[in-house]
Parts: sequence; structure tokens; C-alpha cells
Amino acid sequence: MTLAVLILLLLGGGLLAWLAERTHPNLPRWVALGVVGISLLFLLLTLPPEQLALATDPRHPGNWLAQLKIDWMPRFGIAFELAMDGLSLLLLVLTLLLGLVAITASWSEITFKPGLFQANLLWTLAGVCGVFLAMDLFLFFLFWEVMLIPMYLLIAIWGHENKSYAAMKFFIFTQASGLLMLLAIVVLAWQGSRVSGQLSFSYFDLLGLSLDPRVAWWTMLGFFLAFTVKLPAFPFHTWLPDAHTQAPTAGSVLLAGILLKTGAYGLLRFCIPLFPEASMEFAPIAMGLGVAGVIYGAVLAFAQSDFKRLVAYSSVSHMGFVLLGLYAWNQLALQGAVMQMVAHGVSTAALFMLAGALQHRLHTRDMGRMGGLWHQAPRMGACAMFFAVASLGLPGLGNFVAEFLVLLGLFAVHPWLAAIAAVGLITAAIYSLWMMQQAFQGTPDKQRTMPDFDGREMTAMAAMMIALLWLGLYPQPVLDLAQPVLDSLQALATPLDQAHSLVSKAAPAAGSGL
Amino acid sequence: MAGIWLIPFFPLASAVLLLLSAGRMPRQLAAWLGAGSVGLSAICVASLVNDFLADGQVREVTLWTWMTVAEFTPRFAFYIDGLTVVMMSVITGVGFLIHLYSIEFMWDDESICRYFAYMNLFVGAMLLLVMADNLLLLYLGWEGVGVCSYLLVGFWYRDPANGKAARKAFVVTRVGDTAMALGLFLLFTELGTLDIQPLLAAANSTWQVGDTLPVLATALLLGGAVGKSAQLPLQVWLPDAMAGPTPVSALIHAATMVTAGVYLIARTSGLFLLAPPTMEAVAWIGLLTLLLAAFAALVQQDIKRILAYSTISQIGYMFLALGVGAFASGIFHLVTHAFFKALLFLAAGAVIHCLHHEHNIFRMGGLRKRLPVVFWSFLIGSAALAALPFTSGFYSKDAILLSASEVGGIGLWLWAGGLLGALLTGIYSFRLVFIVFFGQAHTEPDRQPGWKMSVALVVLCALALAGGLLALPLADVFPAARAHEASHAIEYISIGTPLLGLLLAYLMFLGRQINFDRAADSIAGRRVRGFLFSGWRFDQLYEVLWVRPYTTVAHWCRNEPVDRVYNAIVASSQWAHHKLAALQTGELRWYATSMVFGLVLLLAVMLRNAT
Amino acid sequence: MGGLQIPMEQVLALAGLLFSCGLLGLMLRRNIIFMLMSLEVMLNAAALAFVAAGAKWQQADGQIIFLLILSVAAAEVAVGLGLVLQIQRRFKTLDMDQARRLRG
Repeated sequence: MTLAVLILLLLGGGLLAWLAERTHPNLPRWVALGVVGISLLFLLLTLPPEQLALATDPRHPGNWLAQLKIDWMPRFGIAFELAMDGLSLLLLVLTLLLGLVAITASWSEITFKPGLFQANLLWTLAGVCGVFLAMDLFLFFLFWEVMLIPMYLLIAIWGHENKSYAAMKFFIFTQASGLLMLLAIVVLAWQGSRVSGQLSFSYFDLLGLSLDPRVAWWTMLGFFLAFTVKLPAFPFHTWLPDAHTQAPTAGSVLLAGILLKTGAYGLLRFCIPLFPEASMEFAPIAMGLGVAGVIYGAVLAFAQSDFKRLVAYSSVSHMGFVLLGLYAWNQLALQGAVMQMVAHGVSTAALFMLAGALQHRLHTRDMGRMGGLWHQAPRMGACAMFFAVASLGLPGLGNFVAEFLVLLGLFAVHPWLAAIAAVGLITAAIYSLWMMQQAFQGTPDKQRTMPDFDGREMTAMAAMMIALLWLGLYPQPVLDLAQPVLDSLQALATPLDQAHSLVSKAAPAAGSGL
Repeated sequence: MAGIWLIPFFPLASAVLLLLSAGRMPRQLAAWLGAGSVGLSAICVASLVNDFLADGQVREVTLWTWMTVAEFTPRFAFYIDGLTVVMMSVITGVGFLIHLYSIEFMWDDESICRYFAYMNLFVGAMLLLVMADNLLLLYLGWEGVGVCSYLLVGFWYRDPANGKAARKAFVVTRVGDTAMALGLFLLFTELGTLDIQPLLAAANSTWQVGDTLPVLATALLLGGAVGKSAQLPLQVWLPDAMAGPTPVSALIHAATMVTAGVYLIARTSGLFLLAPPTMEAVAWIGLLTLLLAAFAALVQQDIKRILAYSTISQIGYMFLALGVGAFASGIFHLVTHAFFKALLFLAAGAVIHCLHHEHNIFRMGGLRKRLPVVFWSFLIGSAALAALPFTSGFYSKDAILLSASEVGGIGLWLWAGGLLGALLTGIYSFRLVFIVFFGQAHTEPDRQPGWKMSVALVVLCALALAGGLLALPLADVFPAARAHEASHAIEYISIGTPLLGLLLAYLMFLGRQINFDRAADSIAGRRVRGFLFSGWRFDQLYEVLWVRPYTTVAHWCRNEPVDRVYNAIVASSQWAHHKLAALQTGELRWYATSMVFGLVLLLAVMLRNAT
Repeated sequence: MGGLQIPMEQVLALAGLLFSCGLLGLMLRRNIIFMLMSLEVMLNAAALAFVAAGAKWQQADGQIIFLLILSVAAAEVAVGLGLVLQIQRRFKTLDMDQARRLRG
């Protein structure tokens, strides 16, 4: 029941925040902060700690950390089925923590309809939590949409100068790919019913189906597209710079910190395990897209003059590493990918919060009009420096652990691909330091006055710094949480070079499928 | 000694405290916290050295396991052997002196707190680098010192030129670091561990001398070493890195960080010995770099740039030593170089400090009487740099040249090249001394160095003079070197060459008996001078090869070329929309007519299908 | 039954003729009043066909549909004339080619 309560808490909290606006315009943000805080405490306190280290068999939901199944439309085999394992837990905690950061980041930024704003924020969080928990594919799709629409509203109502374009682009990209996923879900369930004689949308029933290779290939592609658009992977990333740039600070934080992770989560949880052969067949293409994203994102990040756009492109680059890690499909790379999801969530959220703070103070995002800000705001400068070096992968911080593990794992499978992806480490240094130079270093403008970070902002920043240091110096708790899940998922699919028999069977079909 | 972890802990903790104070700490406290923490580390190191020399035991300390993923289990663990002890002594000892000097040098700077925070962070990271028992922790220190170098080169951030130099330093070394990271991937994939000692053992049992894989792995590691130690082809960043405060140049860009590459190769010497082609490459890189940098140093005008090129050149000697297998000599030269180059930089810093931040040597002159302490320090430093007999530099450089001469085949070339380098070193180091301290005064000093600067200079003078007598405890670290049995002729030539350099410098720059002015002012002479002055035009070459293509591509792509595909989809659907919308004329009769014809058409089709 | 027996074909031909007249009127006339009248003619043509068919097969359905058409036509005229008044007031004309504000 815990899981349903968690989602209901966020949904209901959103409603409450909306209504609270009538009492006082500043009340909604306190309500939102309280609701997310309570949800986080609730999640952590109701957790059975002794089960954390248990291996979770993906086929049997009974021994997961928490699980819930209520019949919804039994006629179609659709149930309200939620389940949580270590991976979901990790991402839920990240979601709620970044939810707190997002609310803090937009503390005084929103003056128009603050209640509705906070409500949309909480509903997005509810949708994301649902996505990380849903184990019924139909329900998963439902939450996928629940996550999308409030986010669309956040951008479309509270965004910046070009908001409707960005919001519409975001919506169309996500929706179009989401519909492909819905199609794939239906096809998969229908195929499943032909095999087992019973229609079911449950993840646990659909795992391990032996599908016709050609059907599996196309269905996998539907899932893959939906998730890589969200991730986003090159070349489906173009919605992201616009959406991030135009979104209000909290929206950018949520978008970069969590929503992107739903794509990676979907690939890891659904796309690869449901279609192991097809996915492994597809892996070289996916990894190629990953490498392209790593380099392309970094080059474009360097070319931007808009602070937020730069950070947005750096996300494209970093998520390329996730894609690489997932499709390299060995323990090191998978752990690296999970680590990257967490570390990138924190570091990019912090950078977007910084960008938002700068825009709030200077009314511009154009780095050409910044420069020498360190002089006026040394605390902001120091925070920016910290997260800039985190994003370029300084050892001792979480992002390094992630990228190193991904590349180490990838090297064992595709050394050349790893070598090309490693160029991303150089390009990351170029854009990160260029950002610091343009915004914070250089000659300060004497006329400009701007307040430095206050206590509220510094608290959020300090929390994220500590998190990154912790992830970088002692990542073991996170690794341990994800390890049993990754082990069990990994058992479902075998990389191609270890499964030559599969190649010969699936290759002709896949080839004609192309 | 149980508290080995305290050694890096002191500076790191002090850095954290200084950073947390956010510049509000009183400058007295900040300065003494910064210098004191390094001093404490130095005391701990001294006690460690004492213990180590007594028993010669290798010490291993594990703090915690960094992460465990499959077989990948790097730890936060230290491995202390003779090499580590030597490096730690240099880092904390010279480091402390430079910190002490910095208190005075940076006293008037508004961000002294930030300065000491970065410096302490650097010392901590450098200690982690040399103490690491596995390559990943070493890499942490490696990147950590890189970032500190970036922060300190760009310390005076208001001048965009400093920022550019800092970024150049970081990005160029990052190129090498990436190669090194790939080397780590390769080593782990092939040998299953990154712990240095097991790794070397595994390499020796798995690979034969001359196999491809060790050559590849060491070549990648060499990439990292070349970047960090400013050797060909990645030497371009070091001269520009002189934009930072002078004590920074002394500590990071002369004494410690830039020699990390030498340390890396020495640390993994077991691996390099399996790869003779890489070893040969190391030697050639060292030789070419030392000559290239020495020639460039001859024509520079900025006192710090001369020293920077001389640093590149001296590290070239160290690489030469490593390449011919004389690891201990390389490390010996690293140590003496740390002494005399730190001394030179600090003395140069004192000159700059006392002459209102003047860098151009031709606007100095005649400082011998005016700044006596600085003059003697500089003289001793230059003597050691030029390897005049009985200074520390003499012993270490002599050992390197001897080792080179004993290698068969290419050895003679290496030896001759090294000798030419020694001659050039004599010329450019005494050119500096003669121009800055003799002759006519162009700028009057407005102050004298205080006691903190003087103490640091005097102690380093003593080390630069007597450092050659140190016996480094490296016997157990490296395979035993052959006993030198060089002929006396080689010995005399080695002694004579720097003296010849000194004489030439005297004749050219003080006595003016040899006058190159006419030759230098001819068109060809100017070209050559310009060529050398720019550091053999490497900057321009890389500008054309890398920087411009990168910025051009970035500029082309800045408006998202991929979006053109999506925009085309949008445009085509808009086009279709307009075409279809034209059918809707708004005329009722047109609608009625089209409906009729539609119906007729439908009926016709149905009738045809029915029959 | 008994009375005048008109052959089915002739009745249907008449209905078709009427329908075509109405259709042509609808398509060719620009005045909305005439268009409405043409519409009435078409409706009645259809109604005639229904009546004839009902008579032929001796079923009440034809007459029922005729009644339905009658009432629909009445309603249509009521609504249509209301619209005509509005159009006259807005466009100051009854020419339907002038009233094309729905053009895409």
C-alpha cells in the first residue's frame, strides 16, 4: 500500500497547494515543501531495511521491497500494479530530493498563480514516481502521460520569452514517441496473449516471452524511440535545449534532474529485458547514438552563449554516457549508467538552479552580458566552479565514478567506441571551463550589483555538493542498492559476443526488418 | 607510524576550512593556517622518513574501499616505499617553504584566503597522487592537481588572458589525461586490477618483453605523463601557465605537479620495462623536448617564461633518464630540480615583487647590489640549473648523461644531445643572471624581501647546493642499475660543457666580446628569433590543427543542424495544410457541387463493384 | 386499392426529374431563397419516391417516411428562413457567393 499512498500523497498535495493559494499566495510553496518532505520521510521510514540487500527476482514480484496489485480492468488484463526494488527506490529518493531542490529553486521566482504552479510541480513528481513504480505496462503509459502534461503546463504558463514554442515542441516529441510506445505495448500484450492464452499487461507476465524476432524487433523499436526521445539521445534531443531554456527554474531542475532519467530507467527496466535478443542486436546502433550524443552535445554546449542552453547540451552529452553504459550491458557499465543517472541528476539540477538564480538577478541568460561575476557573488562563483568541475568529471565527485565505470565497462566490449567516447572528457572540460570564464571570470562590470546566494540557496547547494562528494568518494551504498537489481536484469539478456547462437537465429530477420 | 593518513589530511582539511570561511577569515589566520597545515604534514613526513630509513619497510595503509563493482575494487589506500617517501618529502618540504614565502608574497592580495585554500588543496591532491596504491586513486590526485593548477593559474581571474592560460593548461593536460584513462581501461581489462603492485606482478607474468599490449598500455600512460609534464607534443601549456602568482609557478609548475609524469613512469617502471619501444620513445621525447625548450629559453624576455622553458627542458632530462632505464637518476634529477627550480622561481618572484610586478628582464639589471639575498639565491639556483660542478644539479645531470652514454646504439646520440642541452642551459641560465643582476639598473626596487621570503630562499639555497649529496632510498624500488664505469674523458666533457656555456654567456651578455646583434637583427636572424620566441610555433600549429576546426565546427552547429530535419517535417505539414485549406472556399454551392460529384463517384464505384 | 394506376417507372422518373431540377437549382442559383426552394423540391422528389414505393409494396412505411420528410422540410424552412433573415441583415445581400467567411 505504501506505494499507492506515496503517489496519492503527491497528487493530493498538489490539489491542496492549489487550494492553499486562496488563503495566502506564499502558502502553496510551504505546502509543496511539506508534502514532498513528508513523502520522502514516509518512503524512507516505511522501508524494510533488512530487505535492501536481497536479490530481487524480476520474474517474481513477491520478494521485491514493496508491491501492490489491484485489479483495474481485469477483462483486458490491466491491473493497478506497483512494485519497488532497489533501483526504483534509488530513483524515487533522487526524485523527491530534487523535488525539494526544485521547490527551493523557485521559492520567490513565481508570482503568477503560485498555487497552480506548485500543484503542477507535485503532479509531475507524482507522475515520475508512478513511472518508476508501475509494473503494469498500461499503467506505466498512464503515468508517462501524467508526468508529461503538468510539465507541459509548467513550461507553457511559467516559461520565458519563447515558451509556447518550447512547450509545444516538448509535448509533440514526447507525445509522438509515447504513442509509438503505446502501440508497442499493445502489440506486446497481444503477442503475449497468443503465447500464454491470456491477455495481460503485467511486466512480470510479459518478461521472457519468446517472440517472433521480427515482431520483437519492431516492438523494441517502439519502446526504444519513446525512451531515447526522453533520454534524450542524439538525434532526438532537439526538444531538450528549447524546453530547458524556456522552462522556469524548477521546471528545468525537474526536467534535467529526473524526467530524463525516466528514459534511461525505461530502457533498463523495459526495453532491454523485454526484448533481450532484439536489443542486443540493436546495441551497436544504440551505442553509436550514445557516442554521437556524447561528442555532439559537448561540441554544441561549447557553441552556446545562453547559460541554460549550454547546460542543456551538456545534459545531452552526459546522457550519451548513460546510453553507452546501458547497451554495453555488463556490470561495470550498468553500474556506471545508474551512477550517472544519480550524479547527473544532482549536478545538472544544481547548474540549472544556478542559471535560474542568475537569470532572476540579472534578467538575462546571455553569458556575453555576464563576466566577472565572481567579484560580485563569490559564493555563486564557488558553487558554479564546483558543479562545473563535477560535470567535467573531476575524480572524487559522483560524475567521475559514473563516467569511469561506463567507459571501463564499455572498453571491455568495444575498445574503439570507448576511445571515441573518452574524447567527451576533453570536450566536457572545454565547455565547462568556457562557461566559468564567460560568466564568472573576466573583468567585472563595476555598475552591476547583485545579491549573492542567500541562506536558502546555499543550503540547497551545500546539500547537492555533499551528495556529489559522497557519491564520488564512497559510492558503495548506491552501488549496493542497484547491484541485485542489475544482476537479475542482466541475467535476462546476454550480450551478443556471448550468444552467437542467437545471432544466427535473429540476424536474418532483423536484417530484413531494417 | 600509524597516522600516515594525516599527511594528506592536514592540507585538505585546511583547504576545506579556508573555503568554508568564504573569505571572511582574518588574513593572519588564513595565511598561517595555510602554511601551518603544510608544515604539519612536513613534520609528519619527516617522522615517516625517519622511520622508513631505520627499517626500510614498505608501508601499506588502507582507509576504505572506494567501490566494489564486480572485480573492480579500487581502495583509498596508500603504498609507501622509497619512491613515495622521496616524493612526499619534496612535496611537503619544498611545499612548506613556498607556502611560507607566499605569506609575504600574497599578503596584499584581497583573496589570500582563496589562494591558500587552492594551494592546500593542491598539496593534498599531490600527496594523494604519490601515495596512491592504485592507479585510480593516482588518477584522482592527478586530476585534482590539474584542477588546482587551473584554479591557481587563473587566480587573478579579472584578466581574461589569465583565464585563457588556465583553460589552455587544463585542456591540454586533459588530452593527456584522457589517453591515460584509456591506458587504465586497457590495463584493467587485460590484467583485472588497478592496484599498482599486483598490476606490475600480473603484467610481468602475463606479458613478455616486446608484446604489443604492454607497448600500447605504456604508450597511453605516456600520453598522460607527456601532458602533465609538458613534454612534446603537449608542452605548449606550461609557458602560458606562468600567468599565475609566482609561488604557484614555483610549487606547481616547477617543483611538483609537472614532474608527476616522471613519477608515473617511474612508479610503473615494471610495465615500461616490458615495452622497449615505449622506453625508446620516452628517451627521444625527452631529448627533443629538452633541446626544443632550451633553444626557446635562449630568446625569451619574460623572466618567468625563461624559467618555464628551462623547466620543460629539465623535465626532458628526466624523461631521457627514464627512457634509458636510469629511473633512479631521473628521480634524483626530479628532486634536485625541485630544489633549484623552486629556488629560482622564488628568487624571480622576489625580483618581480620588489620591482612593481616587472617581468621583462631587459627592464631589470644591476640588481646585484640592490637585492643581495635575491642575487645570491638566483646565482646558486642558476649554477645548479646549469649543473656547475659540485652543485646538486651537477650530480643528477651527470648521472643522467652517463647513463645515456652507456646505452648502446642510440645512446651516443642521446648523450650528445643531452650535452648540447647542457651547453644551452649554461648559456640561457647565465644570460638571465647577467642581464638581471649585472649591468645598468633600469628599474629601482621599492622594497626588500622580508624574513619569510628570505628564510625560504636561504633554505632552498642550501638544498640546491648540497642536495646532490643526498642518498635517495630508491635501491629497492627500481631494478639495480649498472655501476657506472665511464671513461674520464666523458667525465671531463660533462664537467666542462656547462662551464663553456657560462663562459659563452659571459662573453655574449656581460663582456660583449661576442656580438650577435647584427646577425640577430638581419631578416633571417629575426625569423629565427621569432620562431624560437614563439616556442617553435607550436601554438600556431595547434591553433590551425585543433582550435580553429573545433570552434568552426561548433560555430556551424550552434543553431542545431539536426533541428533542420524536424523543421522540414513541420514545414511539409504546414505546406500540406495550406494546400488542403485552399479547398475550403467558403462557397456553399461549391460544397454542394463537390458533395454531389463525390456521391456520384462513390455510386459509380459501388455499381462497378456490384456488377 | 384500385383507382388510378400509374406505372411505377413513370412515378420514379418524375421523382428523378424533380430531384435533378432541385439539384441543378441548388448548384446553379446564387440566391439563398432559390437554393432553399431547390432543396424543398429535392426533398419532395424523395418523398414522392417513398410514396410510390409504399403504394407498390402495400406498406405503410412509405407514408410514414413521407410524413417525416414533411415535418423535416417544415423545420428546415423555419430554420432556413431564420438564417436567411440573418444573412440578409449581415451581408446586405442574399447572394451566397458573397457570404464566404468560412474560407480556409
